[in-house]
Amino acid sequence: MTVSRRDLLLGSAGLAAGAAGMSMLGSVPARAQSAMKFTPEQGASLRVLRWSPFVKGDEDAWLANTKKFTEATGVEVRIDKESWEDIRPKAAVAANVGSGPDVMWVWFDDAHQYPDKLLDVTDLANDLGSRYGGWYAGPEGYAKREGRFIGLPLATIGNALCYRESWVKEAGFSEFPKDTAGFLELCKALKAKGHPAGFPHGKAVGDGNNYAHWLLWSHGGKMVDESGKVVINSPETIEALKYARELYQTFIPGTESWLDVNNNRAFLAGEVSVTANGVSLYYAAKNDPKLAEMAADIRTTNLPIGPVGQTVELHQTTTAVIFKYSKFPQAAQAYLQFMFEADQMNNWIQGSSAYCCQTLKAFANNPIWTSDPVHAPYAKASDTLRPNGYAGPLGYASAAVMADYVLVDMFAEAATGQRTPEDAAKRAEQRANRYYRV
Amino acid sequence: MSVSADSIPAAPSSRWSLSRLAHDHNVLGLLFLLPAAAFLLVFLTYPLGLGVWLGFTDTRIGRSGVFIGLENYQLLWEDHIFWLSVFNTILYTTVASALKFGLGLWLALLLNERLPFKAFFRAIVLLPWVVPTVLSAIAFWWIYDAQFSIISWALIEIGLIDSNINFLGDATNARASVIAANVWRGIPFVAISLLAGLQTIPPSLHEAATLDGASSWQRFRHITLPMLTPIIAVVMTFSVLFTFTDFQLIYVLTRGGPLNATHLMATLSFQRAIPGGQLGEGAAIAVAMIPFLLAAILFSYFGLQRRRWQQGGAD
Repeated sequence: MTVSRRDLLLGSAGLAAGAAGMSMLGSVPARAQSAMKFTPEQGASLRVLRWSPFVKGDEDAWLANTKKFTEATGVEVRIDKESWEDIRPKAAVAANVGSGPDVMWVWFDDAHQYPDKLLDVTDLANDLGSRYGGWYAGPEGYAKREGRFIGLPLATIGNALCYRESWVKEAGFSEFPKDTAGFLELCKALKAKGHPAGFPHGKAVGDGNNYAHWLLWSHGGKMVDESGKVVINSPETIEALKYARELYQTFIPGTESWLDVNNNRAFLAGEVSVTANGVSLYYAAKNDPKLAEMAADIRTTNLPIGPVGQTVELHQTTTAVIFKYSKFPQAAQAYLQFMFEADQMNNWIQGSSAYCCQTLKAFANNPIWTSDPVHAPYAKASDTLRPNGYAGPLGYASAAVMADYVLVDMFAEAATGQRTPEDAAKRAEQRANRYYRV
Repeated sequence: MSVSADSIPAAPSSRWSLSRLAHDHNVLGLLFLLPAAAFLLVFLTYPLGLGVWLGFTDTRIGRSGVFIGLENYQLLWEDHIFWLSVFNTILYTTVASALKFGLGLWLALLLNERLPFKAFFRAIVLLPWVVPTVLSAIAFWWIYDAQFSIISWALIEIGLIDSNINFLGDATNARASVIAANVWRGIPFVAISLLAGLQTIPPSLHEAATLDGASSWQRFRHITLPMLTPIIAVVMTFSVLFTFTDFQLIYVLTRGGPLNATHLMATLSFQRAIPGGQLGEGAAIAVAMIPFLLAAILFSYFGLQRRRWQQGGAD
């Protein structure tokens, strides 16, 4: 076996990265084995397409890490950005025509739409998993198909309740309720004090789906069973719909039209006391000197636990995939491996200011999660994540049901009183059956 | 060197036929038509044909489909959201086009009068048409915002209402709001085009009618309107086509909400095909728009043919 300069550099870079990460954190488990080695192809260069960052530090850290990779290996990496909603069509086109970026950050079940177009990265994923405490099951599910990794789970974009502590106290609650019943009481009290809650019932791709899935899952409902049979029309769903109807009465008017940005706007304007969002909402207040008082009053917590007895949330997940058409699969794997090594990954998680939650368990004690109490709930995102289309298989049907807003519409219909919970569940069942048909 | 007898006339003959061809109107016409025809084939016929074909397949993103006949259409036939989108599209197109025509014609008649700063006003009227749709849609998004609407704020300040108007959260309000935004954007096109038509009507006709004692309504009804009919037919055909295929306004304002009350066929087609990954079904929805669009074009064609009526004869 011959060891090239690239091998040496890459191997030593990985080792150095691991060592640095360990020394910085002092808690990343010692590696039981040495890292796999990928030898970038001669003259390799890579194109990466990612979603536009929501937190600037995320991009800065990723670019800095990429620069380190280029310095270590000589492989040039070009990073392009697209608005997060444009990623799905771009990735689909790339998969269909067999040309485009080598590496792409895709959302949710995108990778399951064209699994045969993606490079099998099982060896790399197993290598990283074994050295960094294993993957969280939720993000892993999005990246794995029939036991093989078709991508690397990159991050979970955590969702948590954001609320105004002073208003919660004013409403007579010394601490934030942990269960759904207590949460409803709190929202009623907040509304009585003129500080309504606000969750989107409109076509909000991210926040609307997060809220609807939490409502459903916290009450034990699910879209399909393990075999993919639609079971949304269930007593648990009806209970969830009744709960949503009651909670809706405590909302600010107009949430039926809310898109993803509306809850941020309303919260930052002091119009709502509690909503659910990524940590970016907190940073929007913190980075604005005029909102300093509000930022100091913002607290976050995980969404309340319902009758099901545990926290279950959708969150957003992003997976890094390598397309099979890439001329430089070794370089692409070397790149992803490098970015997942402790030094780089810790740097990126920190730079993302709690926006991107780790998918490998070893990074759970990154200092970012304890640097500000507001960050803490977001640290659990990968742990509490349940995949879209639970408990069925991921694929085109789960993606299509979400894209058609079946759950979001069902809750909006029942919450606003336009349909009875029974009717709303029945309609959702009909709509879901269109996609889950055999 | 010997030359065969047959080969001698060959060259002049081919030159002769080439020159004949070069002067043949049919051949020349065909040649000149070729670039345009190729352009239409590549950029119009092929995508349209592909769209129609996709509608008969179960193509999904990342997977080429197989022919499934009319299955997509059968599924759509049983899909209440598709029918809701058809209803919304027809309502949206009919109401918005009627309003655009009425208000546009009124504006054109006003602008055709002798006004001070006429050129300035005509330029101002064009503004909504010139502003990119996405920008005006975002402006309307703020205007209709559930919490920060300037209309709600102004009405509350005046004391006419107590709470914000739920512009985009209530089905009826949302439909009215998106139609209003579309009308605002579409009026200039109708107004300016009709104004151009009005200016082609010879003033002598109006003068003669005035001398004959015709009232202003009679002059409008029997001179202006008939003379304007061809341009109305063209303008309204385009206006109906633009409205029927509208996408940006809805996508920015509501994404088809609340509860699909403003979903148009174009937005539903996109939602199913791209985020939903079902290219076949999305294409089928788009193809289902064609009969409506054809009807609008035929309406215009027959409208344009009614020349005898314009010249005083029967239809």
